[in-house]
Amino acid sequence: MKPLFAALSLLAFAAVPAPGLANPFETQLANGLRVIVKEDRRAPTAVHMVWYRAGSMDEKDGTSGVAHALEHLMFKGTTNLAAGEFNKRVAEAGGRDNAFTSRDYTAYFQIVPKAALPEMMKLEADRMANLRLDAKEFSSEIKVVMEERRLRTDDDPHALVHEALNSAMFQAHPYRRPIIGWMDDLEHLTWQDARDWYRLWYAPNNAYVVVVGDVDHREVFRLAQKYYGPLKARALPQRKPQNEPEQAGMRRLSVKAPAQLPYLAMAWKAPRLRDVQKDRDPYALDVLATVLDGHDASRFARNLVRGSRVAQSAGAGYDGTLRGEASFVLDGQPAEGKTIADLEAALRAEIKLIQDEGVSAEELTRVKTQSIAAQIYKRDSLMAQAMEIGGAEAAGESWRDIDAMLEQLKSVTAEEVQAVARKYFKDDALSIAVLDPQPVDKSKPKKPSVAVRH
Amino acid sequence: MRTLIVLLLSSLVSTLALAGVKIEHWTAPSGAKVYFVETRVLPILDVQIDFAAGAAFVPAGKSGLAGLTHSLLETGAAGLDEEHIAGRLVDIAAHLGGGVDSDRASISLRTLSAQPQRDAALDLMRTILSAPTFPQAALERERGRSIASIREAETRPDAIAGKRFAAAIYPGHPYGVSPTAESVATITREDLVTFHRQHYGAAGAIVSIIGDVSRTAAEAIAQRLTEALPAGGGDLVPPAVTKPLRTTIKIAHPAAQSHVHIGLPAISRSDPDYFPLLVGNYTLGGGGFVSRLMKEVREKRGYAYSVYSYFAPRKLEGPFEIGLQTKREQVGDALKVVDEVLTGYIAKGPGRKELAAAKKNMIDGLALRMDSNAKLLGYLSAIGFYGLPLTYLDEFPAKVQAVTAEQVKAAFARHVKAENLVTVVVAAD
Repeated sequence: MKPLFAALSLLAFAAVPAPGLANPFETQLANGLRVIVKEDRRAPTAVHMVWYRAGSMDEKDGTSGVAHALEHLMFKGTTNLAAGEFNKRVAEAGGRDNAFTSRDYTAYFQIVPKAALPEMMKLEADRMANLRLDAKEFSSEIKVVMEERRLRTDDDPHALVHEALNSAMFQAHPYRRPIIGWMDDLEHLTWQDARDWYRLWYAPNNAYVVVVGDVDHREVFRLAQKYYGPLKARALPQRKPQNEPEQAGMRRLSVKAPAQLPYLAMAWKAPRLRDVQKDRDPYALDVLATVLDGHDASRFARNLVRGSRVAQSAGAGYDGTLRGEASFVLDGQPAEGKTIADLEAALRAEIKLIQDEGVSAEELTRVKTQSIAAQIYKRDSLMAQAMEIGGAEAAGESWRDIDAMLEQLKSVTAEEVQAVARKYFKDDALSIAVLDPQPVDKSKPKKPSVAVRH
Repeated sequence: MRTLIVLLLSSLVSTLALAGVKIEHWTAPSGAKVYFVETRVLPILDVQIDFAAGAAFVPAGKSGLAGLTHSLLETGAAGLDEEHIAGRLVDIAAHLGGGVDSDRASISLRTLSAQPQRDAALDLMRTILSAPTFPQAALERERGRSIASIREAETRPDAIAGKRFAAAIYPGHPYGVSPTAESVATITREDLVTFHRQHYGAAGAIVSIIGDVSRTAAEAIAQRLTEALPAGGGDLVPPAVTKPLRTTIKIAHPAAQSHVHIGLPAISRSDPDYFPLLVGNYTLGGGGFVSRLMKEVREKRGYAYSVYSYFAPRKLEGPFEIGLQTKREQVGDALKVVDEVLTGYIAKGPGRKELAAAKKNMIDGLALRMDSNAKLLGYLSAIGFYGLPLTYLDEFPAKVQAVTAEQVKAAFARHVKAENLVTVVVAAD
C-alpha cells in the first residue's frame, strides 16, 4: 500500500501538470481509494470503472462463486436505490454498463456520454457502501447465476476441460476453484454469504477508480472526493499467500462430453511477474507465446495448421500479470485423421525445437513490431485503455509500469527465450487434460440439479 | 459478466451522430463507391471493401462457397504464397480482417498510417483482392478444416438452434441455407475462381476509408485498390422471401439448457418501418437490462442468463428474433412468459415512459456508438452497402424522436405476425 495522501494536497500539486506529459493522473483519497484518470479528448464520451481487489481467489471452499454472485447482486438496489434502478439510470443517460469477475478482482464499468460521469460516480459510490441484500432478490438472482454456469461451463466441453485442468494443476492454490463456482456450492450459497463477502471486501481502501475519456482530471478528482470521499475505510482481512507446493510428477485427466472433435490442453507451471524491473523470465515467456501463437505467421499456424496439418487449431498462452500462480498453456484440436497423441507430440516437438535451436532474429523483431503497433491501435478504444490500466493495477503493478513492461518485453533476447523454453517445460510440472468426445445421440441429459430453491 | 451478448441490433441499426464527423463520398474511376472520413488524431488508417458476395449468392448445393472464397484470398496471390502474405502483414503490423454474412463479403485492413507501412499494406490488400490464386493445396486443407468445424458445430446446441432457425424461417430461400459437410466437399477451385470473378468486381464495391490520410490520398487509395478488380459485381439482390407458417420445432440434445429461438423474416434495410421497429425493439428486448423480456424472464423469475430480441435488416427481409437459454426442465414455463410479453407488446405497444426512455438512450447514447475509428468504419460501410443517405446519421436523432407509440404498435402488427412465428427449441424434453 502506498502512503495515504489527503486528496486536497494532491489536487494542489496536480493543478499545474505539464500538458501531455503527466497523463494519466493519479490521486488517493484519505479513505484509501485511488483514482486514476487518463484524458482522451477524441470523442465526448467517458469510461468509468471501479475495480475491487477481491476475486474468486479470495473465496473459501464451500462458498465458491460468491465473488461473482455478489457482482450480480450489486445491481439489485441499495438503501437509496430500488432494484434495477442502477441499469435504468445508466440507460437513460445514454450509456451502457456491465461488470466482470476474475480470479483476481471484480470490476464494474459504465460507458457514457461525458456529461453523465458525475451521476455514474455517485451511483458507484452509493453501491460501494449501501448495498441492500435480502433473501428474496438473492433467491431469484442465484438462479440466473446457475443458468450462466450451465451456459458457459456445463454445456461447453472446452470450458469443462479447463475447469478440470485448473482443479488438477492447483491443489493448494485457490486458482483451483472455478470463478463461477461449483454448481453444488451455488445451490447452497445464501444471501448471508453474499452479505459477508460484501462486508469483507467492498471498501474504498480495497478499490480503485479508473476514468478514461473526454474529462479534466482535476474535475474528476473533485468529483471523486465529493462522492467517494465520505466513504469509510475498513480493516481488510489478511491475505494468505496459499502458494502451490512444487509439482512432482505429470498429471493427466480426461473429460467426457458430447462433441465431435477431441481437444487437448497442456499446462506447465510458470513464474508470474513480481518485479517489473528485475524479472526477466516472465517477459521471455511472453515472447515465447507470441512466437508460437501471436499472429498468422507464428509457428503453430505455419507449422501445425498449414504445414504438417496435424492440427485443426493450436494455441499458446501465457499471462504473467496476475496475483496468483501463472501457467503456460498449449491447446488445440487434432485435424481430421489425426489423434490427440499426434497433436501432443507435435506441440512438444515445437517446444523442443526452441529448446534446441532457439528463435530467430526475425521472430523477435516481429514480436517488437506487433507490441509497438498494438499500443497505437489500443488508443482507438477508451475501454481498451481503461482495461490496460485496471489490469496492471489488479496484478499488483502500477499503470506507471506499463511502459517499462513494454520496454522489458522489447529487450528480450533469443537466448532468454531459449532459456525459458528449457527451464519451464518439464514433465514434472505439467498437467494435461483431454476432451473425450461422446456421441450426441447416445448421451443422456445431465441430471437436473438438486432443487433446493423453488 | 452479467450479460452474454452486447445487444446492439447489428451494426446496421446502430447509430452515428455526425455532428462534427464529415463523410465524403465519391465514385472512383473504377466504378467503386467511396465513403471517407478524415481524422488525423491517431496515426492509423482503416479501410474496408464490401462486395455483394454473401452466402445468398452462391449456386445451389455449393453452400460454404462464399466463406471459403473469402478466407482463401489470403492463401496466395500474384506470385505470393500464403507464408509470404502472412509474414508481410506481421512485419508491417497490419491486420487484415472482415467476414461474410448473407448479403456481403467484407475485407478490412487496419494499418499504421506512416507511408512505408501504409503503402505496403494497401499493396498487399490490392493484390489479394485482385489476383488471388486459390491454390489447390490450400483449398483442400481449408475444406477439410471447414468440414471438421461444421461437424463439431452440429454437436453444439447453440449452433444447431441457429441453423435450424434460419432454415425454418427461410424455407427454400438462400437466407436459410447453411454450409454442410456435403456441400463444402463439392467445392472446387473452379468454383472459387468463378465466384470471385462474378462477385468481387469494382462495380458495386463499397470502399470505406477512415483515418490519418488526406482526401487526395484517399482518392488514390480507393482507385488503386479497385482498378484491377474483376469485371463482375454489381448491386445484386437475392430472390424474394416468402414468410413461413407458424410452427414449433423441437430437437433432441443432451444439453443441460434448452436453446430457444423465436422469430420470422421481418424487414429489409430500406423498409419505412425501420425506425419504429428499432425504437420499439429497445423496450421489448433490445435495451439490455431495462427491456421487458429481461425483466420478466431474468430479473423476476431467474429463468435465463441471456434473453434478448433484435431486428437484423438485410437487403431483403432480415430476421426478427427472440433468443434465450434456460434449464431444460423449465423451458415450457419460460416460453409461456416470452409469449405473454410478446403478445402483450404487439397488442399494446410501449408505454409512454418506456418510449421516452428508449428514445433518450438511443439519442443520448449516439456519441458512444461512434467514438472510435473502428466503430465509424462499420457505419460507413453500412451506409454505402445499403444505400442509406449520407445525411442518415445527422437525421438519426430526429427520426428516433419522431417515432410514436402508435407507429411502433402498427409496425409490429405488420411485421411480427403470430401466424408466421417459428419457434425452435434444442434440447427439449
